[in-house]
Amino acid sequence: MTESAGHQQTTQQRVAASLRRRYAAEMRFRAYGVFAVAVGLLFVAFLFTSIISKGYTAFEQTYVAVDVVYSPELIDPAGSRLAETLQAADYQAVLRASLRAEFPQFEGRTSLRHLYGTVSNSAEQVLRDRVLANPALIGGHERVWLLAHGHIDMFVKGQIDRNLPESARPISDEEIAWVDALQTAHRVQIRFNKAFFTAGDSREPEQAGVAGALAGSALTLFMALLLSFPIGVAAAVYLEEFAPKNVWTDIIEVNINNLAAVPSIVFGLLGLAMFIQFFGLPRSVPLVGGLVLSLMTLPTIIITGRASLKAVPPSIREAAFGMGASPMQMVLHHVLPLALPGVLTGTIIGMARALGESAPLLMIGMVAFIVDVPHGLSDPSTVLPVQIYLWAQSPERAFVERTSGAIMVLLGFLLLMNAVAVILRNRFERRW
Amino acid sequence: MTIEKHQHVVNISRGLVFNEGDQSLPGEAIETKTVGQVTVDSPVISARHVNVHYGEKQAIKDVSIDVAKNAVIAFIGPSGCGKSTFLRCLNRMNDTIANAKVSGSIRLDGSDIYDRSQDIVQLRARVGMVFQKPNPFPKSIYENVAYGPKIHGLAGNRADLDEIVQLSLRKAGLWEEVKDRLDNPGTGLSGGQQQRLCIARAIAVDPEVILMDEPCSALDPIATAKVEDLIDELRENYAIVIVTHNMQQAARVSQRTAYFHLGDLIEVGPTEQIFTNPRHRLTEDYITGRFG
Repeated sequence: MTESAGHQQTTQQRVAASLRRRYAAEMRFRAYGVFAVAVGLLFVAFLFTSIISKGYTAFEQTYVAVDVVYSPELIDPAGSRLAETLQAADYQAVLRASLRAEFPQFEGRTSLRHLYGTVSNSAEQVLRDRVLANPALIGGHERVWLLAHGHIDMFVKGQIDRNLPESARPISDEEIAWVDALQTAHRVQIRFNKAFFTAGDSREPEQAGVAGALAGSALTLFMALLLSFPIGVAAAVYLEEFAPKNVWTDIIEVNINNLAAVPSIVFGLLGLAMFIQFFGLPRSVPLVGGLVLSLMTLPTIIITGRASLKAVPPSIREAAFGMGASPMQMVLHHVLPLALPGVLTGTIIGMARALGESAPLLMIGMVAFIVDVPHGLSDPSTVLPVQIYLWAQSPERAFVERTSGAIMVLLGFLLLMNAVAVILRNRFERRW
Repeated sequence: MTIEKHQHVVNISRGLVFNEGDQSLPGEAIETKTVGQVTVDSPVISARHVNVHYGEKQAIKDVSIDVAKNAVIAFIGPSGCGKSTFLRCLNRMNDTIANAKVSGSIRLDGSDIYDRSQDIVQLRARVGMVFQKPNPFPKSIYENVAYGPKIHGLAGNRADLDEIVQLSLRKAGLWEEVKDRLDNPGTGLSGGQQQRLCIARAIAVDPEVILMDEPCSALDPIATAKVEDLIDELRENYAIVIVTHNMQQAARVSQRTAYFHLGDLIEVGPTEQIFTNPRHRLTEDYITGRFG
């Protein structure tokens, strides 16, 4: 009796000792998890602060007020007021004359170049449009707010340190003095940069916008979705519900799984060889981009589609068969609706990956410098990640913030897609 | 007494070994030829010499049995004896299993259901099925019942369909409980209600035979009692085949009982006789609880 009590005592003690070890291990295990999550959050926070702090200024733009003198001698010396004459007139000369007249202290080639360089070269187009819209301006003068040049823009936004030696900054002492003077005269304004969302790419950073890349991305994704969703779902349904299980379907399955892991640039090469060189489709167009991206997204959609079809309980299939449903009715009435939330999630994950893809699109020429915003599947265009890549390579200081701005637009686009995925999934799940 | 019983068990296990395979094994042979009356007058279904193989393994061995009109027949037997497999042959649910092979003949009203000309959709409209686990579609109660009539084109218009749904739910004894919430999901009902919904769904296409694969094994005693009462009522209009592990249930609801053992049909007879005076020793051992 005492022996067994003593024995129990030691057992209890051993258990107690092992419990302490177990709890310690448990705590450590949790601590690792918390640490991992914290590190992840830290990186995300770092990424976001870095991008946003660099990029938010891309959504603002500096404007400079210039008193423009519409001298008739320069615009329409004959006085005909014909549209062609007004169209062909040298508005650069008009602008330069106005600037010279207003700031006579600038003399000499270098100074004048600085003076002319303060406004963006889009100014002459602005003046031309104003005159064409209202020829009565000729002979008069008015104050026009013109887009500042990228360097001036950077300086006004505080991106260029004035304390640097003159040789180390893109803006001269003379220009700084002039900008200061303009600012004290309230002739410098920072406005919301609408052009960033409405303009295409440009060599001049202050005129460059993401509209072209955004439209290109939307068209390319639309094309990719149009192709890969129906084909992917059809393939997933066939392989999961109808195909016999034999060597051939095993080979197909292995191949699909391998395709999902193929580097995306290989799909770009395939697209180049097949769609452009063999079928003779044009380069740099969303049509071919969409085709290439759908090649890339198809395996993802098929694999996730099959997984979500597999997750539908077999009892539902039995119930449908037991009621006399044909295999097609079984799939269309019961299994596919139940699998749809999963299929949609997979599709949107695939699309999000396609949206961020640049390598395969480089291969098919979507890396070209394209100013016009594309309006159709066969208009030359680029896409957001490629635009980011192009801007990141540009030497102008002002493209740095544009790059970050474009990254923010891309992330916003992704966030929107994920939100749509979540909403769609919830809606379909609530229906049954 | 205890010794005798013990010996009996040993003999049985020898018999099992013998049945499973090698004919040359020494030991007491147990006769596996079906005893009792397998035929009935004017049967709905008559199965003759049915064999089912899953790959190499034979799951059903030369089973012949009739299913009578307006009566309940219960299939009983230990787990893995093939009673569910045989049940699923009756509406060709085994077709979906890749390596299952069925031979022999199963006739429904005289025509072979495994014949090439037999349409499987039509067969399943005539032979309905209720499964072990209640499996209503994740749709509304109304949609669950209306599904069969819809795909088979039994209702001309919405009013007809409403009538069929109401009638089926009434027959299944569920109408009073769900009439105010026909648009609620069928999966939101209790287990017993779900199973009765599945029965309503099966009878909505007005089948001739209803197959039930352990319909009460997932239900509590009260729900079970309700389903059993329902089975008794349905007997007026349908032939019912029920697979059950619960021998009291077989005794309560069925008129005939068939005892399966390791793929063999051992004994068929009137339920009362099977439970009070079994002719085969294996049947007796099973119903007295010696194994299974």
